[in-house]
Amino acid sequence: MKMVELQQSFTIEQFYKGISQKRLVGGKCRRCGKIHVPPRPLCNNCLSTEFEWVELPKTGKLLTYTIIHVAPSQFQSMAPYAVGIVQLENGVKIPGMIKETPLEKIKVGMPLKIEFEECLQTQQWPQWSRYYFKPA
Amino acid sequence: MKGKPLASIVSAGLSKFGKLEGLYAREIFAQAAKEAYERCPNLDPKKDIEALFIGHMGESYEHQGHTGATAADWAGLLHIPATRTEAACSSSGVALRTAIYAIASGLCDVVMAGGVEKMTHRSTPEVTEFLAMASDFPFEQWHGITFPGLFALMATAHMHKYGTTETQLAHIAVKNHYNGSLNPKAHMQKEITLEQALSSRVIAWPLKLYDCSLITDGASCLILTRPEIAKKYTDTPVHIIGSGQASDTIGMYEREDFTSLRAAKLAAKQAYEMAGVKPEDIDVAEVHDCFTIAEIIAYEDLGFCKSGEGGRLAENGETTLKGRIPVNTSGGLKAKGHPVGATGTAQAYEIYLQLTEQADKRQVNGAEIGLTHNVGGSGATATVHIYMRG
Repeated sequence: MKMVELQQSFTIEQFYKGISQKRLVGGKCRRCGKIHVPPRPLCNNCLSTEFEWVELPKTGKLLTYTIIHVAPSQFQSMAPYAVGIVQLENGVKIPGMIKETPLEKIKVGMPLKIEFEECLQTQQWPQWSRYYFKPA
Repeated sequence: MKGKPLASIVSAGLSKFGKLEGLYAREIFAQAAKEAYERCPNLDPKKDIEALFIGHMGESYEHQGHTGATAADWAGLLHIPATRTEAACSSSGVALRTAIYAIASGLCDVVMAGGVEKMTHRSTPEVTEFLAMASDFPFEQWHGITFPGLFALMATAHMHKYGTTETQLAHIAVKNHYNGSLNPKAHMQKEITLEQALSSRVIAWPLKLYDCSLITDGASCLILTRPEIAKKYTDTPVHIIGSGQASDTIGMYEREDFTSLRAAKLAAKQAYEMAGVKPEDIDVAEVHDCFTIAEIIAYEDLGFCKSGEGGRLAENGETTLKGRIPVNTSGGLKAKGHPVGATGTAQAYEIYLQLTEQADKRQVNGAEIGLTHNVGGSGATATVHIYMRG
């Protein structure tokens, strides 16, 4: 698949455009080096406005998780489902669902890798793709 | 050396908490205001109250925004400046903080701070969705993380790091339900057992139904004055001697640590320093037990025990009514209920009752110094206030 270049505007919209192309990207501050996920227009560490896109590692480990039984309207048909916070190999932390594993096999510290999926949204929600995690 | 009072509470009001069918938020707020007026006959509300600060989280519940002006009108305070504060579950903790700004700046002598929320007429999935708005949309809500889910993530992390158990969480629920059974305004006024708490259905593992606070309707308010004029209105004012507020990332996933709330620790540090008191000086506290794990984390963030020992503090009964430091004597968010926008000033209402010996069956004898801890969302906002008998 040919990659479409992300625009040089470091926005949440551009992050999810990356996800739709199966790319996990962050905005790296050119001044202090902090990697922002999601990207931001203003570095909250050094106040710089100069960034570059960096590809993020697609593997990491599970820091904490929960199994959601009572879900909001949009996710009711999926419950119960697991969500967790994953620390990628470069230290960046992102949340996401954990799929393709029996729920009882999920453990803090387990290695996970990222996967991408299309998702059709109900009205009022953006038409973004979604990433999730599965056992590495 | 205790700090100088920032402002004084001369009266307070609380509506009944519960499922208040057929009432709008503004009507519930009027109930709280009426109690505050009746409690303080020396106050002429229309003449004396110069401004209203009111916490309210959600327009979605009643399709109604613009709560400041509406609440002022329904409280009989038409035409005063009325300002709504919104910081999720800490909306009225922030209203109180803002009211203190108004008094301490010298701009106002007498103000009302309060909060309101009407929630129970909506379905659980709707309320779940509305509450999730207190969290980050593009990463947390988008990935199906609910509000209980965020605190469940903290619970899993706390259990993994410190060995905190589901039974210790259940001890919080049992204690707060017992306290609620002594509070005629609490939403739930019945005791529960550890077994009931542990066997209740899972909401967001490891949190079960009895680990979660209630979806409740209710309103609360305080009348605050400059400390120098408080005695004009009452012989028994309660002075606010410390106030702290801090913020953190909206996305919980971005934080260093999931077992502590940095904003709460910062707010507590500010409030303790301002008040000139230490954690061991606190006689009674109302903390933000939106989930049982949140009360355990609050013990640690407020310095009632060391990091990681919150579970044992609960298990050993040190925070019960007869314990070393009674916490959530009102029943807390867990049993008194959690009408989101009303919670911060409802906590202050309980401390006001305790420090004026009006807490009846749940009175902590001789309580001189109290504390409230009010958290917004998963901890992107926190306020801590410290109170002293006047």
